[in-house]
Amino acid sequence: MSDIEKNSQDINLGAPKKSMISVRVRRLIAYAVLIILTILCLIWFYILFINATRSNGDLSRGFRAYPSTKLFTNLNNLFHGTLPVARGMLNSLIIAALSAILTTYFSTMTAYAIHAYRFKGRKALFVFILAVMMVPTQVSALGFQQMCYNMGLENSYIPLILPSIAAPVVFFYMKQYMDSNLPKELLEAARMDGAGELKIFNIVVVPMMKPAIAVQAIFAFVGSWNNYFMPSLLLHKDEMKTLPILIAQLRAADWLKFDMGQVYAMVAFSIFPVIIVYLLLSRYIVGGVTAGSVKG
Amino acid sequence: MKQQIKKIISAAMIAAMVLPMSACGSGSTQKAESTGDAGNSGTKEEGKVLNIQCWNEEFKDRITDHYPGYKKTGDNTGKIGDVTVKWTITPTKDNAYQNNLDKILPDNANASADDKVDLFLMEADYALKYVNSDVTMKLSDLGITDDDLSDQFDYTKDIVKNSSGAIKGSSWQACSAGMIYNRQAAKDVLGTGDPDKVQEAVSDWDKFNETAAKAKEKGYKITSTVNDTYRVYSNNVSGPWVQDNKVVVDDNIKKWVDDSKKLVDAGETTTADLWSDDWSKGFFPDGKVFCYFGPAWLINFSMHADEDGSIANQGGWGYCNGPQSFYWGGTWIAAATGTDNPTLDKDIILNMTTNQDILKAIAKKDSDCVNSKTVLNKLANDSTFGNKILGGQNPYKLLEEGAEKVDMSNISNYDQGCNEEFQAAMKNYFDGNASYDEALKQFDTAIVEKYQELSTD
Amino acid sequence: MSKKVGHAQRINRWGYIFLIPFLLTFVIFQLIPLISTIYNSFFENYMSGLTHIGPTFIGLENFKKLLSGRELLQYTGNTMIMWVLGFVPQILISLLLAAWFTDPSLRLKGQRFFKTVIYLPNLIMASAFAMLFFTLFADSGPINSILMNIGLISKQYQFMSHAGSVRGLVALMNFLMWFGNTTILLMAGMMGIDTSLFEAAEVDGATATQIFWKITLPLLKPIFIYVLITSLIGGLQMFDVPQILTNGTGDPMRSSMTLIMWLNKYLFNRNYGMAGALSVLLLIITGILSLIVFKATASKDVD
Repeated sequence: MSDIEKNSQDINLGAPKKSMISVRVRRLIAYAVLIILTILCLIWFYILFINATRSNGDLSRGFRAYPSTKLFTNLNNLFHGTLPVARGMLNSLIIAALSAILTTYFSTMTAYAIHAYRFKGRKALFVFILAVMMVPTQVSALGFQQMCYNMGLENSYIPLILPSIAAPVVFFYMKQYMDSNLPKELLEAARMDGAGELKIFNIVVVPMMKPAIAVQAIFAFVGSWNNYFMPSLLLHKDEMKTLPILIAQLRAADWLKFDMGQVYAMVAFSIFPVIIVYLLLSRYIVGGVTAGSVKG
Repeated sequence: MKQQIKKIISAAMIAAMVLPMSACGSGSTQKAESTGDAGNSGTKEEGKVLNIQCWNEEFKDRITDHYPGYKKTGDNTGKIGDVTVKWTITPTKDNAYQNNLDKILPDNANASADDKVDLFLMEADYALKYVNSDVTMKLSDLGITDDDLSDQFDYTKDIVKNSSGAIKGSSWQACSAGMIYNRQAAKDVLGTGDPDKVQEAVSDWDKFNETAAKAKEKGYKITSTVNDTYRVYSNNVSGPWVQDNKVVVDDNIKKWVDDSKKLVDAGETTTADLWSDDWSKGFFPDGKVFCYFGPAWLINFSMHADEDGSIANQGGWGYCNGPQSFYWGGTWIAAATGTDNPTLDKDIILNMTTNQDILKAIAKKDSDCVNSKTVLNKLANDSTFGNKILGGQNPYKLLEEGAEKVDMSNISNYDQGCNEEFQAAMKNYFDGNASYDEALKQFDTAIVEKYQELSTD
Repeated sequence: MSKKVGHAQRINRWGYIFLIPFLLTFVIFQLIPLISTIYNSFFENYMSGLTHIGPTFIGLENFKKLLSGRELLQYTGNTMIMWVLGFVPQILISLLLAAWFTDPSLRLKGQRFFKTVIYLPNLIMASAFAMLFFTLFADSGPINSILMNIGLISKQYQFMSHAGSVRGLVALMNFLMWFGNTTILLMAGMMGIDTSLFEAAEVDGATATQIFWKITLPLLKPIFIYVLITSLIGGLQMFDVPQILTNGTGDPMRSSMTLIMWLNKYLFNRNYGMAGALSVLLLIITGILSLIVFKATASKDVD
């Protein structure tokens, strides 16, 4: 940031010509940093892809920078093995999508309740939810698992989806976002038009929250997609398992079948859907400052 | 209106009176049936579903390929006669497999008939946890006698003996292990690749360490990592890890620490983790590793024989017993208390772990080192069982001898935790990040975190 | 007049209605398990193999045990060090990117691409990410050979055997996984900012620095506070990356053991009593730290 400061001081002092040059220098620096970051971000996908093209024996020799020829062998082995990979993907999609929808919709609703209404205990509730946010998720894991067993929720998606309705972190984000982006005058105007409260929420508020919802939907989707711990304790029927469980199962294969090439192929394969979901949702976020604003 | 309510109430009363009675009735007839069964054991009704818990597909494949009358009906289902076999696979990562067993086994007797676990698999590291608990049946209660198991190696039975000496599991594998050496390295270092000669040069730890120094001169590491030899030392202890609720570091394990520290400091081995890239690089000639320690499965499946340029691919490994005998791996079958298929359980255990024809077929098809003295003896004298990876050497004689010598009478419930934590703690000492005492202290801390009931010195 | 108040009250009642789904779910799935956790902290209650020991009421015995050693302090320190190592570059880069992306004078091309790319590492499962790290930073791995080739080191550096490098790798991995996340949060916040503000400011002769500090940052403040607090909480709850990278040991000599890794040791072994007590301590630590940050930044946010 010191660069910017220095350069902008130049602008303050300088003639237009000098400022043109300094803008160019700053632009150059910006591009350089962005390109380095891009490489840092994308190299992992490259290595993953490379490793997915290599055989188990080849992989044990350590890192190679160039691909091999075994991608289709690996994928073929994967899809013709006994693991229900396609089904696992469908299961993961269902759980992740429903979690993302529930968590964003209801967190927005909860945040809206605190943001837009004045009722007794409002402040206390807000503080309470923030306090809840500080509870590490691991803390209640054991009790949660116990409870699911007692309630007969094994081999059920309910304990994997429904709890996302109460997500303090998502709520907090929505609340903060509303603070800067949801003017109360707008709600008043909608009320003047005679709209019901639920309708105002669904028709006016939710659309205005699109960028925030998109962000949290991505996070929730990715989090649920990559979640191994709880699903592995609760899902035992093959036709219900999610991709991370199947990956763990692949890695626990017996000596005769153990194949890192397949593991990498599966990891690579399981990333594709999240990338697509991300690209779809990110439209709402990365459109650039010029593309969207309160007006739009 | 009032009359309607009356009707409902009386109907409810009748139901309330009749239901418990009918429940009683069916209960008593069931009881009568089951006492009748005890007389002509086996012929009666057993469960229609055989549930098997495992963490990978190994046993399912063995059953599919070798159990007479098993018909595969789906990826995780099969049929034996009119009994449906259901496989439930839970991965081992993050302890999920054991967590699942811990949850369902204690209540197994009360589970509904189709959900009752009948058989489950265990690994040696944690077998005692289930063996020393009521959730596992004594094999004798299934009608399996000591005679039935007499051809198995003793150590495979010791691992599944409870504190009063009852056997509670059975394995088809005997994973006796030895030293797998790089023949080229042996020629460079010792001037010979012959198994007997190499064995002479590593017949005890002092000679082994002398060989390590020679290997270094020729540019070889003696082992890929200190963790290669850990099992060899820890299988030859004079007492269990835990005695009177106290953790005791055995002399032989202390010897592993001392020997290993010297090797690491001299640059003759490393502290890499097993299965890491740094560990497996010695499977290739450039890795310059003198030897690995392991059983038949390591040779057959882990040394990348199908990879061009690997030592295994060129048949460049040799096998000898090494300084001390040990074992590594193996899967045990146990019957869960509450099983409703005891006859089938017994038949599967007997067939899969004691039937010599089946065991021989498993050895042939799957290259398992099987748990039968007779079969291994036959294989040792069968010239078709020369191992390409070992340059044609037939390892079965040595494997059989090794399996006889393995002594697992000194195991305790806590072995898995103690072994893991001890190796992890000592890595700090080997790497120079702590003194032995500091590393030991960290081991103590870790043990008390793991097992609150234990104390350390 | 009174009619108007009544109407407002009626409307405000919707606040309660909208809170129902959250509260209901929260009570069932979080509060009950949480209360049982706290309750457990006063009991000796653990599994020895398959045998259940306890529960026996022992008062504050578990807490005494936890507080008697130096562990709590040490692991809090580790956690904070690794969090700061990863968070400082993360927040700096995120702000820098936010500044560049909003700077009208720069007119960066390919913004969409860059903005999309930065979040991608977060899509990789932590365990898969760690597999790649192990390969790259192995003793005989590519990073070592590159460093040796350019002459920075003369012999292989064991990244996993030195406190500094392990902490560094944990921070690096956390940084890579989460800086995109932070940037996206900030960007979503900026989406709501009216672009005409920037243009107007530029026309008025404001410099890029002035625009950033005077317009962008104040408008981003609520989101920025969110990032700060959730990062702190996330940092205190740091678990999966060091757990996987060090195979759960937190070595060398537990210099990369975090608080939740410690908690996990008790959870893993089903020591409900000790895990409960440690959870309560964690709750207190997190609460205090978050309160400080919250007071310092957002005191007037809830009116």
